[in-house]
Amino acid sequence: MAFLSFENLKVSGISACVPKEIDDNRTTSLIPDDERENLINSIGIVQKRIAPEGVCASDLCYFAAEKLIKELKWDKSEIQALIFVSQTPDYILPATSCILQDRLGLSSECLAIDISLGCSGWVYGMSTLASYMGKNNIAKALLLSGDLATRTNSPRNRSDFPLFGDAGTCTAIEYDEGASGIKFHLATDGSGKDAIIIPYGGYRNPITVDSLEYKDYGNGEVRTGLHASMDGMSVFSFAITKGPKSVKMLCEHYGIDMTSVDCFTFHQANKLITEKICKKLKLDADKCPNSMEMFGNTSCATIPLTLVTQRKESLESSKMSHIACAFGVGLSWGSVYFDTENIVVPELIEL
Amino acid sequence: MKTLNEFIELFAEQFDETDASEITPNTVFHDLDEYSSLIALSIIAMVDEEFDVTLKGDDMRSAVTVEDLYNIVINKA
Repeated sequence: MAFLSFENLKVSGISACVPKEIDDNRTTSLIPDDERENLINSIGIVQKRIAPEGVCASDLCYFAAEKLIKELKWDKSEIQALIFVSQTPDYILPATSCILQDRLGLSSECLAIDISLGCSGWVYGMSTLASYMGKNNIAKALLLSGDLATRTNSPRNRSDFPLFGDAGTCTAIEYDEGASGIKFHLATDGSGKDAIIIPYGGYRNPITVDSLEYKDYGNGEVRTGLHASMDGMSVFSFAITKGPKSVKMLCEHYGIDMTSVDCFTFHQANKLITEKICKKLKLDADKCPNSMEMFGNTSCATIPLTLVTQRKESLESSKMSHIACAFGVGLSWGSVYFDTENIVVPELIEL
Repeated sequence: MKTLNEFIELFAEQFDETDASEITPNTVFHDLDEYSSLIALSIIAMVDEEFDVTLKGDDMRSAVTVEDLYNIVINKA
């Protein structure tokens, strides 16, 4: 079982950037009027942000990173690792993390790597960064986690498109002798690969003329082969089972008293899922921040985006213990425990 | 293990407008006016809670009647 623990590391700051453009489920023509209210109440997503053409996930992450580095007063030459987590990279190659290293003006002695994971990506990215940094190999590092989920999903897919939004985030981690560290539980079930998949456009099924055609799969699902296909029922079952189980396993393995944890941030998939998970773990709703109402499901950005938009003041001015849990495409999931104390949280950036 | 009748009662509770008397072992639930993907999710959640069984999308799609779904749940329990 993949349990990982790293001492002497702390989260120093978190920032997030979203596009200005709003896509509102109360007015979109995609949802029929007679279903609108019921749908919005069920999924808990009123509106989300949608990046205009020409804007990439890396752009949102770049602005989040610049602002965070500035407010942390970090010397860029000290940043020695950069991870970019996304499933909407700038190019097939090179890796977007290399582009971001240069754009951010980081040293060429900085390691840079892309991780291709969706909703579970922030937790996985944190674990990779923590592994790099252990034993003071690296003192300061950045995790850039962002996606354009409105690009991977078809704008004509009534069952998926209302759920998704775009965002980019930056999380700064620092080596700090004596800091309490970060603990993880990570897991995978690739037998569920078809539950969320973009079937064409990779090297298994290259782009064909036919894959570019919009097709109607019933129930309002109109998409091309280059858009995500999601088996919502299977994903729902998976999330409400594995999410709570992962949190419980993490707490049991490391002897964490769940009642003493101040903040539980769940991947903002939709309200049906997060409410069910909170109920199964018997958590008070006020311990579980929610940003999906205004930003939707932003894939690997939801956890930092939720902390920035819903917990800015308490993160900046108090000591908090956190559990975050994420689950999704892969299927891939995991949970992380960490502390924060008076960290730097810039205002949400709107690009 | 819960009986078919108990399952039917729990199944019917997931609907708001459909009268419980409309739900029988032979009901073709996909044909009920109120049946939707959201109702399907609450059925999946009910099965998770009451039977500790994880249903997949294919389980929901392959079951024709309420009794079919009950049998799928029982086989997975």
